Amino acid sequence: MIKADTLTRRVFKPLVFLLCLLPAAWLVAGIANWPPASLGANPVETIQDTLGIWGLRLLLATLAVTPLRELGGWPRVLAFRRMLGLYAFFYIALHFLFYLFVDQASDWRQLLADVVKRPYITAGFTALLLLIPLALTSTRRAMRRLGRRWQKLHRLVYVAVVLGCVHFWWQVKADIREPVVYAAITAVLLGWRLQHYWRRRAARTDGSGPARLAGQPPAEA
Amino acid sequence: MSGHSKILPSEITPEPVYRGRREFLASVAGVGALAAAPAAFAQQVMSVTLVEQLRYQRNARYSTAEKSNSFAEITGYNNFYEFGTGKDDPAENAHRLRTRPWSVVIDGECEKPGRLALEDLMKPHPLEERIYRLRCVEAWSMVIPWIGFPLASVIQRFQPTSRAKFIEFTTLHDPKQMPGQRYAVLDWPYVEGLRMDEAMHPLAILAVGLYGKVLPNQNGAPLRLVVPWKYGFKSIKSIVRIRFTERMPATSWALSAPREYGFFANVNPEVDHPRWSQKSERRIGSGNLLSRQPTLKFNGYADEVAGLYRGMDLARNF
Repeated sequence: MIKADTLTRRVFKPLVFLLCLLPAAWLVAGIANWPPASLGANPVETIQDTLGIWGLRLLLATLAVTPLRELGGWPRVLAFRRMLGLYAFFYIALHFLFYLFVDQASDWRQLLADVVKRPYITAGFTALLLLIPLALTSTRRAMRRLGRRWQKLHRLVYVAVVLGCVHFWWQVKADIREPVVYAAITAVLLGWRLQHYWRRRAARTDGSGPARLAGQPPAEA
Repeated sequence: MSGHSKILPSEITPEPVYRGRREFLASVAGVGALAAAPAAFAQQVMSVTLVEQLRYQRNARYSTAEKSNSFAEITGYNNFYEFGTGKDDPAENAHRLRTRPWSVVIDGECEKPGRLALEDLMKPHPLEERIYRLRCVEAWSMVIPWIGFPLASVIQRFQPTSRAKFIEFTTLHDPKQMPGQRYAVLDWPYVEGLRMDEAMHPLAILAVGLYGKVLPNQNGAPLRLVVPWKYGFKSIKSIVRIRFTERMPATSWALSAPREYGFFANVNPEVDHPRWSQKSERRIGSGNLLSRQPTLKFNGYADEVAGLYRGMDLARNF
């Protein structure tokens, strides 16, 4: 019998790793014109939007890990959190680099003007900046070194995901249906944490809360 | 071209012959499809319409020498929210639109209002090809060989009165044919307008075709406006009503976001959209991903149209 742990490590993790790589692989194939014209008449826009939306999706997937673990009683899902988070950062960083070096053709002055003048770019750029320290401290060593502060630091992801939703919402012309869906998912994921936090705090102060909650480690990021 | 591959004049199919062949092929395709499933038939009818050739003369004076975008680009990458807000939605959904029969109501401040069948509206006007630049407010652009006729010559037929200061156009409103209208993304039906002097300008045309063929549905069939010095959204598609008014029409995008889209919407690199720069644009199909080109004032038609706006503050009247 293969142990569930081994299965997660040897099978599911590599599988999720490859799945997360698929959007990037599709873009690379598209740039190589395979299949022909898969990126459409405006490939720059397609690449830019694909990188951005997968960054946001993976950020939400990262935030879904903790609720899934607690609600779904699926503890091993935690093993994927770092990978999902780093992939989110990978796509968001590429989204930014593509914007700077391809869409704006390395026009730094235009970048600075955009960051200051265009609120949706300010929001997106701030989200990227917030994610950089999280990516840098994602190693086991950094986790150990920072101890409880690691968790505090990594709560920045809540701010980043909200800014990501704002960044998406503020750039659509009229059809807000898609950004609304992402904002709603974000609201559910963050709402769950808030409720979790309140219940735990209530349990701690009056001492009558369910033991299950009282005995738990602090909420995961 | 190398000497070996030279095409002899005798090898070139004369135009009437290949036209005849195309019509023949189209009719055969149509008959063959009668036996096939209804959906396949609809598809065939579509393609029959698409190959329909128009008789026209190129208007060189008002055509750019820039390279036209491909038929695939022009018909596959569209903003036509009546068929969905994605760029490929119109190409996917526009087959639902029935463009025949089609009639246009002309009313408002004019001597000769009425409802005209499209054929009667078109009849007096010789068709011209005009290769125009199209600049979208989203900072991309194309070059499109339109087939159409001057809006001014249409307007004159209906004899607008002295009270006609503006002209208002309305798109068909029928969510069954235009599934995008099931969602209130904009306040349907789509409405656009021009000041009378803008409408009378020789560059403003009503288009019924592109690349020598009847307009594909996703490009605004069967009748659309083309105003090349303004952002693309001014060039309203699938027109069912033309109205002469004394007051400035309330136009769709200006109603939707008045801070972002004005009535005039002249292409202007000096006036940014509140959310993005209008200084440069990406020419669709230019091949090089890194190339953006500077946007020209009035989309490069300043010599022709700048006079219309003399003395106007274009930053305020955006």
